[in-house]
Amino acid sequence: MKGTWRRDVILLSRRRDRIMVGVLTGSAVLAVGVLVIIVGYVLWQGLPVLTPTFLLEAPEKMGRAGGIFPTIVGTVVLTAGAVLVAAPLGVATAIYLAEYAHQGRTVALIRFGTESLAGIPSIIFGVFGFLFFVIYLDMGWSILSGALTLAGMILPTIIRTAEEAMLAVPREYREVSYSLGGSRWQTITRVVLPNALPGILTGIMLGVGRSVGETAAVIFTAGASLRVPHSLFDPVRTMSVHFYLLAREGISMRNAYGTAAVLVLSVLAVNFVAYYLMHRHLARLRGAGR
Amino acid sequence: MKGWEWLIRRVLVVMAFSSLSLLALIALFIFAGGVPILAEVGVEQFLLGTRWAPTRGHYGILPMIAGSLWVTGGALVLGVPIALACAIYLSEIASEPVGRLIKPALELLAGIPSVVYGFLGLVILVPLIRVLLGGPGFSVLAASCVLAVMILPTVTSVSYDALRAVPATYREGSLALGATRWQTIRMSVLPAARSGILAGIILGMGRAIGETMAVIMVAGNATLIPVSPLDPVRTLTSNIALELGYAAGKHREALFATGVVLFLIIMGLNLVAEAVAGRGRSR
Amino acid sequence: MTAKVETHDLKFWYGKVQALKGITLRVGTGEQLTIMGPTGSGKTTFLRCLNRLNDLVPGTTREGQVLIDGQDAYRAGADPDALRRRVGMVFALPIPLPMSIFDNVAYGPRLHGVRGRHLAETVERSLRSAALWDEVKDRLGDSAFSLSGGQQQRLSIARVLAVEPEIILMDEPCSGLDPISTLRVEETVEQLRGRYTIIFVTHNPQQAARLGGRVAFFYLGELVECAPAAQMFTRPRDRRTEDYISGRFG
Repeated sequence: MKGTWRRDVILLSRRRDRIMVGVLTGSAVLAVGVLVIIVGYVLWQGLPVLTPTFLLEAPEKMGRAGGIFPTIVGTVVLTAGAVLVAAPLGVATAIYLAEYAHQGRTVALIRFGTESLAGIPSIIFGVFGFLFFVIYLDMGWSILSGALTLAGMILPTIIRTAEEAMLAVPREYREVSYSLGGSRWQTITRVVLPNALPGILTGIMLGVGRSVGETAAVIFTAGASLRVPHSLFDPVRTMSVHFYLLAREGISMRNAYGTAAVLVLSVLAVNFVAYYLMHRHLARLRGAGR
Repeated sequence: MKGWEWLIRRVLVVMAFSSLSLLALIALFIFAGGVPILAEVGVEQFLLGTRWAPTRGHYGILPMIAGSLWVTGGALVLGVPIALACAIYLSEIASEPVGRLIKPALELLAGIPSVVYGFLGLVILVPLIRVLLGGPGFSVLAASCVLAVMILPTVTSVSYDALRAVPATYREGSLALGATRWQTIRMSVLPAARSGILAGIILGMGRAIGETMAVIMVAGNATLIPVSPLDPVRTLTSNIALELGYAAGKHREALFATGVVLFLIIMGLNLVAEAVAGRGRSR
Repeated sequence: MTAKVETHDLKFWYGKVQALKGITLRVGTGEQLTIMGPTGSGKTTFLRCLNRLNDLVPGTTREGQVLIDGQDAYRAGADPDALRRRVGMVFALPIPLPMSIFDNVAYGPRLHGVRGRHLAETVERSLRSAALWDEVKDRLGDSAFSLSGGQQQRLSIARVLAVEPEIILMDEPCSGLDPISTLRVEETVEQLRGRYTIIFVTHNPQQAARLGGRVAFFYLGELVECAPAAQMFTRPRDRRTEDYISGRFG
């Protein structure tokens, strides 16, 4: 009697196993499906709008007609500015964390700052940038205000990725350098940084991706001007902001789809580059470590 | 040479404090902006008041607090099971090549701008809800669905890392006793990864509470406490983003005060996540 | 014979675990000393105290003295980078840096400001001294990973020679090599003898016997005995030494 009962249990648990594995696989398929639908839908609707004139002409009637050229300029300039500020700070922080200090109160404080900053919502960055850069420092709605706000937002990403990249450099390389009489800074610049570079670039690319896609932090700091800027103190409108205004205020769905397609394509490109760099990097380190 | 090394170290320390200084600066300015109105209206009145009509002197943000809770709760209910399932699938079931295809896809999902999510919610989800379930379509449900997709990559990747960190011996021990794969996952792998998974969920929760533009586009933004998932809703973040553009005087201060509340909620969540992750590490 | 390297009651801890229990040892200028002992006997830790590489490991403590040319290596104000330049080290596994063969050897001289023709000469001389020049002279620009294990280890030796150290520490440099490569490395060490003060670590008694010179036997963080190879392998004074060289443990 007992024997049959046991076999029932085993059969039941086997069937349950098959069901659960099916459910888990289904969820993964669902997640990938959502991605395919999102990217596919945007490109399907948006690609027909993408013509050279759409990319290279200024908008007319608040974006109802014409192209998106000034918003492309705005996006590029703001992103470049954000990276120029955040990359040195982020890499320096990562060097300090990975190469100089490993524990203690200073490190705990820096980590707390970085982790907390990573969790701050972009609208808070927007409000802060508005209060601090736009009003308090009197920079107005400008490239400068927007880029500095974005820099703060992408800083934690760059720190984390750069630190991981440096920690992935084998300890033995450092020991060889030290054992030949290399100082700490020589070891960092000649052995650690060259080998961590692809990983660091990956972090920077992720930061670029976030900057390109950001809206809330930018709209209150860089403004929404549709003119091509001439100085760092001019306001700009990024593609994301333009797209948000077009779609939310129902100005032009056609141009909204076009802008969305450009956005999605740039994010795809940025992610692809980041992913490629990371993989080449890991493969190289693995090959070296044998 | 020695002086040079010393100088570099000093410079690096100073630069390394940039993130902490920025955090302090953010706290300082948001509080300076919002505290005056909080003092004038009274914290209790501000947090528990149900009427938001800042141009007429009513500064109650309870509808927005409720809105953020509704929307975030909905996103977790819809998103976490799928995210967890994805993480388990990737870590326990998927073969190497399949995993190498799905992981970057999820990372890509994280990289898509939030306005794009909001827009697709607006053109696909909102009409769908209006037709199938009634109501205006702009609703808690629409916002929760959009947020569920947006937190999916975060929760999945943190949970995945937690699952991967479980030593192989846990699995082998269980499988060797004749347990099925699912039994092994449920009784031995998941409990071991519990704190990491929890940290991932809290992180996703922070994402959901903090998301702004995508929510604005699909939530309807009415300043009423929602009673059904089909009611329109306004979150704390939306409240700031919708009105900061034109607000002035006390109205503007009230938006900064909303920011203070949001900042405190997020910092609280950060601390909880830190504590949970720390407990996981020490074990 | 004047003492090039001298330690007095050297003790070392990793956290609470004591790895060296008071080592007192003298190595003369131009001498080649072999340190022999089983895994975990403190041989590597001892070497890494001599060039202060252990400074870089967090959570460690050291007591006792290390004298290089009679000067305390750990005195206040001593510069570990300058010390390491005088005390070269070859690691247990060959660790080529991920760069070309030339750049590997040139790494050290470049750190100390050597450039141009002088650099090329230094690289060639070092590769010749390490008996590697003829094998690599036509492909100096190739990745160092393209070399075989034995060649990589001789590259490591050339890399150390290029900074013109006075003392060379060799931490089981043959442990990852096949017998033929091992022989080549041993021949190289033979040629370097007299020109440098060499401390060679091995867990292999046969290798210690082949290398000759004085042999120090380490066991569980203690220096059991130190004697010329001929004497140690024929008339060990300590029971533990006898057990080890006769292969009863380790």
